Amino acid sequence: MQVLYFAWVRERIGLPREEIETSAVTVADLVAELRARQDRYAAAFADTSALRVALDQEMMDFDAPLAGVREVAFFPPMTGG
Amino acid sequence: MIRVQSDRFDAGAELNAFTARCVGAGAITSFTGVVRDDTGALSGMEIEHYDGMTQKALAAIRDEAMKRWGLADALVIHRYGRLQASEVIMMVATASKHRKDAFEAAEFLMDFLKSRAPFWKKEFSRDGADWVAAKDTDEDALDRW
Repeated sequence: MQVLYFAWVRERIGLPREEIETSAVTVADLVAELRARQDRYAAAFADTSALRVALDQEMMDFDAPLAGVREVAFFPPMTGG
Repeated sequence: MIRVQSDRFDAGAELNAFTARCVGAGAITSFTGVVRDDTGALSGMEIEHYDGMTQKALAAIRDEAMKRWGLADALVIHRYGRLQASEVIMMVATASKHRKDAFEAAEFLMDFLKSRAPFWKKEFSRDGADWVAAKDTDEDALDRW
């Protein structure tokens, strides 16, 4: 699946998007996998209460299942307007 | 109409064109958001967005406002990219029969657009660059709707 990062999440990880092969069942499982990869991922995902997630461009919770999802995006709370 | 663009736009001209399109509406309300420089040290702002989701989220927010207040029309224009202090960031305009619906719908659009449309602001100043943090009050503002 495509995993996208925005704002300071993108800056901490050092890339805007990547293709990830995963068997993670939920978003939280995917976060745990990413955290274990490298320090920069661990830093970006240190506090998930400061993060939001969208699955196929819809806002979801971290316990949401990933089955059938093509695009996951992680970002801080939005600051539009 | 929803527009997401990096180009500058003339909020006055957009409002006039919107008004001209809304034949029969008795009330037009608009809001324009501008880059604020509280300290006098701001050298610019970068607005990042999630292309694709932004347009979908804005369309959903607009559809909800159209339905809830029975609006004749609603306009949302939001910029992304690099902006300077005092530049127009975004605008909303609403048209309805009477002013109450137009005012309320414009406030609803702004409240939801602030914390449900995927935009992120980064401020650049003499002291460096910082992502603007979302405020709890922005999230609380959604509860009244």
